[in-house]
Amino acid sequence: MRYSGFRVIKEGFFGQKGWKPVWRDPDPKPEYDAVIIGGGGHGLATAYYLAKEHGLTNVAVLEKGYIGGGNVGRNTTIVRANYFLPGNSEFYSHSLKLWEGMEQDLNYNVMHSQRGLINLFHSDGQRDAFARRGNAMINQGDDAVLLDTDGVRKILPYLDFENGRFPIYGGLYHPRGGTARHDAVAWGYARGADQRGVDIIQNCEVTGIDIEGGVVKGVQTTRGAIKAKKVGIVVAGRSGQVAQMAGMRLPIESHVLQAFVTEGLKPIIDHVVSFGMGHFYISQSDKGGLVFGGDLDFYSSYAARGNLPMKEHVMDAAMTLMPMIGKARVLRSWGGIMDMTPDGSPIIDKTATDGLFIDCGWCYGGFKAVPGSGFSFAHLMATGRHHEPAAGFRLNRFRDGVGLMDEEGTGSQHNLH
Amino acid sequence: MRLQDPQSTVSFTFDGRRYRGVPGEPVAAALLAAGVRLVARSFKYHRPRGIMSAGSEEQNALVTVGRGPQAEPNVRATVLEVSEGLEVFSQNAWPSLKHDAMAVNDLMSPFLGAGFYYKTFMWPKPFWEKLYEPVIRRAAGLGGLSGKANQDRYEKAFAFCDVLIIGAGPAGLMAALTAGRAGADVILADEDTAMGGRLLREVEDVDGQPGPDWAAETIAALSAMDNVRLMTRTTVTGAYDQGTYGALERIAGLRRAGKPLECFWRIVAKRSILCAGALERPIAFPNNDRPGIMMASAVRSYVNRWGVAPGKAVTIFGNNDDAHRTARDLVAAGVKVAALVDCRDDVQVDGDFPVYTGAQVVATKGRRALERITISHAGGTRDIRTDCLAMSGGWNPTVHLTCQMNGRPTWQADIASFVPTPGNVPGMVTAGACNGAFSTAACLKEGAEVAAEVATGLGLKPKVTVPSADDSAYRISPLWAVPGQGRKWIDFQNDVHVKDIKLAAQENFRSVEHMKRYTTQGMAPDQGKSSNVVALAVLADATGRGIPETGTTTFRPPFVPVSIAAMGAGSQGKGFAPERLTTSHCASVARGAPMIEAGLWYRPSYFPQQGETHWRQSCDREVRYVRNAVGVCDVSTLGKIDIQGPGAAALLDFVYTNTFSTLKVGRTRYGLMLREDGHVMDDGTTARLGEQHYVMTTTTAAAAQVMRHLEFTLQVLRPDLNARIMSVTEQWAQFAVAGPRSRDLLNSVLDDQIVDADWPFMACGAVDVAGVQGRLFRISFSGEHAYELAVPARYGDSLFRLLTAQAESYGGGAYGMEALNVLRIEKGFTTHAEIHGRTTAFDIGMDRMISRKKDCIGRTAAARPGLIDDDREQLVGLKAVGAVKQLTAGAHLFAQDAAPERVNGQGYTTSVAYSPTLQTGLALGFLKRGSARHGEVLRMVDHLRQIEAMVEVCDPVFFDPEGGRARG
Amino acid sequence: MRITCPNCGERDRREFYYQGDALALTRPAPDAGPHAWDDYLHNRDNPAGDTQDLWFHEAGCGAWIVVNRNTVTHAIDDTRLAATVKR
Repeated sequence: MRYSGFRVIKEGFFGQKGWKPVWRDPDPKPEYDAVIIGGGGHGLATAYYLAKEHGLTNVAVLEKGYIGGGNVGRNTTIVRANYFLPGNSEFYSHSLKLWEGMEQDLNYNVMHSQRGLINLFHSDGQRDAFARRGNAMINQGDDAVLLDTDGVRKILPYLDFENGRFPIYGGLYHPRGGTARHDAVAWGYARGADQRGVDIIQNCEVTGIDIEGGVVKGVQTTRGAIKAKKVGIVVAGRSGQVAQMAGMRLPIESHVLQAFVTEGLKPIIDHVVSFGMGHFYISQSDKGGLVFGGDLDFYSSYAARGNLPMKEHVMDAAMTLMPMIGKARVLRSWGGIMDMTPDGSPIIDKTATDGLFIDCGWCYGGFKAVPGSGFSFAHLMATGRHHEPAAGFRLNRFRDGVGLMDEEGTGSQHNLH
Repeated sequence: MRLQDPQSTVSFTFDGRRYRGVPGEPVAAALLAAGVRLVARSFKYHRPRGIMSAGSEEQNALVTVGRGPQAEPNVRATVLEVSEGLEVFSQNAWPSLKHDAMAVNDLMSPFLGAGFYYKTFMWPKPFWEKLYEPVIRRAAGLGGLSGKANQDRYEKAFAFCDVLIIGAGPAGLMAALTAGRAGADVILADEDTAMGGRLLREVEDVDGQPGPDWAAETIAALSAMDNVRLMTRTTVTGAYDQGTYGALERIAGLRRAGKPLECFWRIVAKRSILCAGALERPIAFPNNDRPGIMMASAVRSYVNRWGVAPGKAVTIFGNNDDAHRTARDLVAAGVKVAALVDCRDDVQVDGDFPVYTGAQVVATKGRRALERITISHAGGTRDIRTDCLAMSGGWNPTVHLTCQMNGRPTWQADIASFVPTPGNVPGMVTAGACNGAFSTAACLKEGAEVAAEVATGLGLKPKVTVPSADDSAYRISPLWAVPGQGRKWIDFQNDVHVKDIKLAAQENFRSVEHMKRYTTQGMAPDQGKSSNVVALAVLADATGRGIPETGTTTFRPPFVPVSIAAMGAGSQGKGFAPERLTTSHCASVARGAPMIEAGLWYRPSYFPQQGETHWRQSCDREVRYVRNAVGVCDVSTLGKIDIQGPGAAALLDFVYTNTFSTLKVGRTRYGLMLREDGHVMDDGTTARLGEQHYVMTTTTAAAAQVMRHLEFTLQVLRPDLNARIMSVTEQWAQFAVAGPRSRDLLNSVLDDQIVDADWPFMACGAVDVAGVQGRLFRISFSGEHAYELAVPARYGDSLFRLLTAQAESYGGGAYGMEALNVLRIEKGFTTHAEIHGRTTAFDIGMDRMISRKKDCIGRTAAARPGLIDDDREQLVGLKAVGAVKQLTAGAHLFAQDAAPERVNGQGYTTSVAYSPTLQTGLALGFLKRGSARHGEVLRMVDHLRQIEAMVEVCDPVFFDPEGGRARG
Repeated sequence: MRITCPNCGERDRREFYYQGDALALTRPAPDAGPHAWDDYLHNRDNPAGDTQDLWFHEAGCGAWIVVNRNTVTHAIDDTRLAATVKR
């Protein structure tokens, strides 16, 4: 079924009776060419691109709960390509290009809104670091503009330019940065994959990975054993537990990242704005809620709920940066589980087991990576070769120190990225 | 309509019209008293909406209070207290509440069902950002922010107690009384303006006296106890680990002079008792959202507590016995009961009003307020004229706080509700209606008993006495949605109706989380407090599952929305982070130096002199001071760590790549510190003041990190070492005295003259300055003959003034950060612009500083193949050699003929300066295989600043590479 | 979150700095080989359940503390000074 304005009007006249399930709920088959463990954004996108780009349709996505229930349904919805280290640059650039064609590709409105992102800086040193970043973005073929204080004032007049603790020296403006309706991304990929024959199986928890002689044979699940020639692990937030089923110990520590939304308000913040002297980034959803976030809660956790000190710290940053939102009320705060890696960059790689692949370690940058990760992971699973833009995301880079992508420069302490 | 004439009233305005209200009553009560029915427009369809509840769970009556920077959007009219001059405005309506143009959305509603926007607005592609999204954004949202910076005061506070009791209804009051009498340190918090909970709303006796009287007496008894703190207007918003709770207090009296508006509390309690009561839930029947349709309990609140009749002829529609008391109370108050409609067949109601059993409301009429309803019952359908419909679908225990730590509630079929699952929140127990005990008698009993258990657990000896009270049964037969035509609203705030939920199920959004996200059910300002259970019952029905199997969505804090200003109180303006000032701050400011942030510190950028119009003029002059005469600079912000003990030398050998145990007493050495992952953490000099006594300096930026690292090393990695460390950054004021005349300057201020023979390069020791014992280090960050002189911080201001005055007499003076930066770039000294966390000792040409004779932190990892690869980017100097002399930091380097694209990138610049000494632009940067490429000419491209320059690669030490000036 | 510092008693989480897994206590020998160092520096058991990690009472007494903690419930059942822990 194709979606369109015409169809919406037609269904309106006929009481919405014609709408079909967005994806089917099939029972698992005994065997697939490929099984994706994890029905989050990355897993669903992987399945979609396996089908679309590689013609691999005898594929199942196994999800222990409901699809899109992890970080794709629990983030601050920011989409950007503003990385500066080789390895990251080309990957996020590719991912952003996929975002730009996603709605037409999926025939699903994910409300990707390229409203522009401004990273503020507050010292000469920060300006130089952002200049390096912006120049790297342009070298990569993406867009960046270095704004001075007046330039920032023109587009963000509501910031506190006079009294803030850390004066605003300027900002790195990324016009193609923006937001998207996060849940819709999962549903859109699910629908696209389903339409191409992929089985999306919810409430199906993988409990074991069958390996014989160093070759993957399938998985054990709460809905029975499923054979598979290839298995991809895409379970950010639970990567360690699933990898352990294959005897792997990952360079990942799990941490909680909180996010917040206020009550609905009339349009007031038209961009994505990020503070440079404390973790705080904000945008306004199309529904009117201010959506914002901060730093990790800092201790390893699987609790998916945030602590009070970090909430306060985020509000503190909001008040020093943009005191005009003081009277907005926080409606809801939530926490997601982040796969934090020792260099803050992800992993898309083969494993020591033949036919077993892993896509993990997205830290708190996984949402914008959904299309790129799915595309590159599908490429790796289908062809056995690393997709060029994601070729740097190797597991052994930590052991060997080759090609580390430490954008924050904070080193091998997982929670500092 | 008011039932009695009030003693005194004040005036307030709603949408510019003046009304009278009783001070302290909710605006909702005053509006109802004045016969105002229409108070708001709904979110999506802009439907007319009235007042629905009498508490913070209000879905419809959201208003904006005040104007200008004081304007506060989305305030619940049901909790907003009336005060003189209060200005209240309706929201989300244009041009007026009565005539709202966007109400056209309601006519379009057949096409705007759940999730319609995912299926359209995709063509043509550019229209999304240019047309569709702006239109959607403007239509969405409720109230608006003023756009002006907050001007009101907010506060944050901590509190500690033995027992936090949340909610002061009958259960909470009894709990507080029991725990308080037993001697526990109690905080009793309630979100209402007065304590008493349901006792203020219902007509019931407790201990033989009217409920409100018993409540008042109990509150008086509690007030008299020193160990009990009573907090009204205080909503406990979140439950966190180890007994920490967040709470929002609205300070009484709007904008009373000097008082904050709100205070956000962090309450730490050994135990807590949740007595949060229950919220009545609506019933989904066609057009159940018209102004005048309210919760039955809210009708009783307005009648019994506030003395206001919400209508002239009230109909009651319910599925439980509790609803019937509404009719009884209305009659007692002299308000006409148009009918009592109960969906159950087997009910007996006595009263002088029509009673319809086995009946349901199937239609309502009235454009901007309810005028009539249609009911269907065994005898057919019947129209009833009524201007107020009191509905009751039963009660939902307020379980929210028990579910904020990932726990789920438990379905209890006999009351058709979720109740708390014991143990969900460690240390928290529940009592009363929030526990599913709905009668007043049961609440009093549970409150007392639970508190007694808690007190016993705290080692106290409580006594339990429970007053007598109403104990009538709550019989309920679930009724979620009435069959029939028309939209039956469930989430009034987000305009979600039964059909939306059915459509979600039809499209396979069958998981309760999918249904929520697809329909936006429960995502409005009330977070589905009243509507979620109804919604999931409808979903359960649509998917053929039971309610417990369908489950709930996740409960998240805060329980009620909390303003950002309250949670971020104190941080507006400068309050966000401490301001650290050096001892020379005032003197520097007096000299007109712009003070710039260096981490939390402020440091002088430069010291302007008369006639200088550009910072570069000042900077160049200050550089020349140091190169030609003498300059003085406050370097106190650098971290200073005192290290003492027999293990001090071994500790330093372990944290530095080079060796410090061989350093002679009275000498200083440059040290390089790695992280355990082999990258550079920090650098600085460490002086050996005694056999077992060192003083380490760190960079300003890394002072705290290095301190932590040293403690880590000592306590975690090397507890075998007997050493102690202490940060003395703030104890010592330290000044660089640099330049060819530095020794002369020092000799003019020191009590005893120094000579080069005793004070060679890198010497250190004690000196006296005007009778004050100080420390002198002959170290240089400028490449000149230089010293750093340290005195106890209390003498810093005097010493800075003395040194600068003396320097001026030698043809020099104070220099700031800009000059300091130029001087260090000329010498190729790195700062955190270069050691930015990704660089290795190898990259900055210091791999030889990693001693092979000993282990140190980072040594093994630094030897990883990737960290010593010849292809790595290495520190180089860059000199402008083309027509463009300006170099910029953050630019990238390319071969001369290569396109400036990522694949051709050779490196980047990190620090730049114009060197007045060498009279050219200089840069430090990193270049692939840089140390082997000196002499090569490259292209520096800064796309952002549109600068391209030809640069020659050279050694990073541009000036005096032999170092003779510093040593001489 | 409240953590009991063995020196200072129970304190708010905001007084503490978090480092990570307490495996930091058992630093490999310099010649232990790349795998041992990779495990030390990067790889983690990262359990969903009981764990042992290192906290620093930075805004307090300056003690490094080994905390036995549950990563799912955040319950803390033991804290000890790192300097006194057997390794």
